[in-house]
Amino acid sequence: MVPADEARLVAAAQEGDRAAFDELVRLTYAGVYTLAYRLTGNEHDARDVAQETYLRAFRAVKRFRGDSRFATWLYRIAANCASSLLTRRTKHSHEELSGDEPIADLRHEIDPEGMAESGFVRDRLTAALAELPPRLRAVVVLRDVYDLPHEAIAAELGISQEAAKVRLHRARRKLRERLFPMPGEERARAV
Amino acid sequence: MRSNRMSNGTITCSAVAEALPGIVDGAKVADFELSRHVETCLRCQAELAQYRKVLRALHQLRTEVLEPAPGLLPDIFASLEAAGERRAMRFLLTGRRAAYVGGIAAATAAGAAGAIVLTTRARQKKHLRLAS
Repeated sequence: MVPADEARLVAAAQEGDRAAFDELVRLTYAGVYTLAYRLTGNEHDARDVAQETYLRAFRAVKRFRGDSRFATWLYRIAANCASSLLTRRTKHSHEELSGDEPIADLRHEIDPEGMAESGFVRDRLTAALAELPPRLRAVVVLRDVYDLPHEAIAAELGISQEAAKVRLHRARRKLRERLFPMPGEERARAV
Repeated sequence: MRSNRMSNGTITCSAVAEALPGIVDGAKVADFELSRHVETCLRCQAELAQYRKVLRALHQLRTEVLEPAPGLLPDIFASLEAAGERRAMRFLLTGRRAAYVGGIAAATAAGAAGAIVLTTRARQKKHLRLAS
């Protein structure tokens, strides 16, 4: 969606234009559903989260100030809805939510070798994400897939920024161990 | 607890392994000792490369959009419609309630005014009778 079109539709929706809001839904619902699915891990919950996201957005659209893209605002609401759903479920079932040369590699999109093996890694990653406890999955999906800042993640999940960072750290380590076990780790998993 | 530093002050592989998830995206800067260890340790280099692969794969998921479940869009519109109707009904009921309260208040005020007028007239008649 072109930002200018988005701004026009958002402004109209804020004035109570239902057709404009419906158009925003049409343009964003697949992305919101995808995030909801990644956070909840199943289709049924993803549908519920997507619906609840748009209900909350409909009620609050006048408060959207345009500090971020509309889709990013929706992602934050979806994260909050998914967190609420998982928290409710936990309460009922006791389920575990559940130097000069930088070491960091910030060139994610210009690595031909990475692209070649990306399909293989992606499939295993999707499976590994599904196996993560939901509270770890939520943080790593919001940070490393959707690029939300720690502050926003902490706010929407109702945790401190420090807790968000700790969970991200654990989630990345679990994913790395699952996808690329180091010598000794595979044996440790099997035991 | 195992020490993260060797007796000569250099950092251990386990300390590097502990730090890698936090520095792989550049959010934290690796200190000099850690960087120097990674430069000379094949095991830690391999582990770092694996974290990079995980991070790249996670970033690539961003461009993937799943096919939404059939019927999701109509369901969203239906729930928005219902929410809109509820809101309109609330508005209507709130408006009616205000009208009822206003009507009762107006009737009460009119009744009180009438009573005052009647009382005043009765007093005036009584005064006139006494005067005559």
